[in-house]
Amino acid sequence: MGNITLRQVSKSFGAATIIPNIDLTIEDGEFVVFVGPSGCGKSTLLRLIAGLEDVSGGTISIDGRDVTSEAPARRKLAMVFQSYALYPHMTVAKNIAFPLKMAGENRETIDLKVREAARVLNLTDYLDRRPGQLSGGQRQRVAIGRAIVRQPTAFLFDEPLSNLDAALRGTMRLEISELHHQLKTTMIYVTHDQIEAMTMADKIVVLNAGRVEQVGSPMELYRSPQNLFVAGFIGSPRMNLVEGEAAGKHGVHTIGIRPEHLTLSTSEGAWKATVGVAEHLGSDTFLHVQAEGVGPLTVRADGEFAVRHGDTIYLSPISSKVHRFDQNGKAI
Amino acid sequence: MARTVPTGTKLGWTIAAWVVALLIFFPILYTIVTSFKSETEAIAGFNLVPSGTLESYREVQSQYNYFKPFMNSVIIAVGSTILALLVAIPAAWSMAFSPTRRTRDILMWMLSTKMMPAVAVLVPMYLIFRDWGLLDSRIGLTVMLMLINLPIVVWMLYTYFREIPGEILEAARMDGATLWGEIVYVLTPMAVPGIASTLLLNIILAWNEAFWTIRLTTTNAAPLTAFIVSFSSPQGLFWAKLSAASTLAIAPILVLGWFSQKQLVRGLTFGAVK
Repeated sequence: MGNITLRQVSKSFGAATIIPNIDLTIEDGEFVVFVGPSGCGKSTLLRLIAGLEDVSGGTISIDGRDVTSEAPARRKLAMVFQSYALYPHMTVAKNIAFPLKMAGENRETIDLKVREAARVLNLTDYLDRRPGQLSGGQRQRVAIGRAIVRQPTAFLFDEPLSNLDAALRGTMRLEISELHHQLKTTMIYVTHDQIEAMTMADKIVVLNAGRVEQVGSPMELYRSPQNLFVAGFIGSPRMNLVEGEAAGKHGVHTIGIRPEHLTLSTSEGAWKATVGVAEHLGSDTFLHVQAEGVGPLTVRADGEFAVRHGDTIYLSPISSKVHRFDQNGKAI
Repeated sequence: MARTVPTGTKLGWTIAAWVVALLIFFPILYTIVTSFKSETEAIAGFNLVPSGTLESYREVQSQYNYFKPFMNSVIIAVGSTILALLVAIPAAWSMAFSPTRRTRDILMWMLSTKMMPAVAVLVPMYLIFRDWGLLDSRIGLTVMLMLINLPIVVWMLYTYFREIPGEILEAARMDGATLWGEIVYVLTPMAVPGIASTLLLNIILAWNEAFWTIRLTTTNAAPLTAFIVSFSSPQGLFWAKLSAASTLAIAPILVLGWFSQKQLVRGLTFGAVK
């Protein structure tokens, strides 16, 4: 089991309130991603759940048991850190075995579990090496190995892929998702990368300045963002947010249109625009355009779309896909 | 691009470095040279080539058994160092990883005790030692030297511990390590270079400490510092014998320093370059 419930959890450092009051329920077996910009309190929230920071108010319970004042180890959670936090003086085998040794397991059990974890994570050939002799990806796998041997109630990941290069990040993202399918254990994953959030999560918690802006499945957040912040944060490239006359025509303060929800034409459309930068990716073309009376917009075209800097194009938003927001930034 | 230094400049600096090194080392060198002279040679004036006699060493050994003060020095230096580490490792741990607003003040206060001249507390310390029956005892001296060097040991360890990423200790906590487990299995092994150099430096400091070791001992607990002094007073000044005694006293620590210099330098520059 791995239900985690936060009730009115708050955290302050001196006079600075990092997390005002959060209520959150994480169901057993869920892959939950905390996402938000730097400094939004997502890592602090994870550390509160881990027990590495004390809450200033509220309660945290795991499987119905109040763990608010319990030490990290007693919460039966495992954590993977951004810096991997491997023990540099121990071999890979000893790193993975460490939590079992601390739990007082006997040598045969430790050996068996370490070998099993190494097999799952393709680390069998590296068991005698030290962390310093491994690549970034291998180190991350050791950190995951150290987490899985304990068979924890839940895994906590604190931006685990941000030190890896783009290609390896993609691979590790798949591996972690695969691991979640195999283990079916609750996972809480902190990232500032909304692509990681979208691709891995069952449930995304969008945080901003310590507040929960919206909780939902990736597609819920993509289709129906509750406010401007979520609208601007989820989706890549970002949603175009337009104010003024163009929004007024829809009877609202701000409208939002995703780059993929603008139809493109070289002859006619609602908005006339001049192409600035065109990014040709092969599978897609992203155009950064200046639309007359609307402002700068980003447009996505399928496949190759032959335009160049300075060309004139016409754009029309797909009306069913236009998001409407009032002057407080709330979705209508 | 690497900087190129003209050969002349390099040569100049090398010579300058050797001159400075020799100047610093000269008193020790001359003590060793004098110890291989006869008393007549020793007072005859400056002479770098001794006759090579071992007469002074024989006399020193016949007057005073070298082994006893040597063992006292070993016990006092090693004992006080181990005691200091036992106290300083948890102290430095708490200051490095759970600092409070007062941590810096505490560190400065600890260091400030080193700024006071030892003689300022000679009388109270002497009286405490006398009343507690610690005069001329190895236990008393061990505790005394531990206390004297404790600020330096805490400071050095604090600096090394600060270099260890806090996340690794947090990982240990998540992995179920108790506070003790965290210190024993994670922190201490990672800080080994720092701890080793602190240990070596503290042994050297304790070995060479002369103010308290001479004043608080007579015969039983007298270490090598007191051994040297015993050759300087009663029968006037005998340079060769005094030099032989000094050489015998500094030889062990010199050998230890020589063999551990790599470790010492590594420890003292620990964390300077990541």
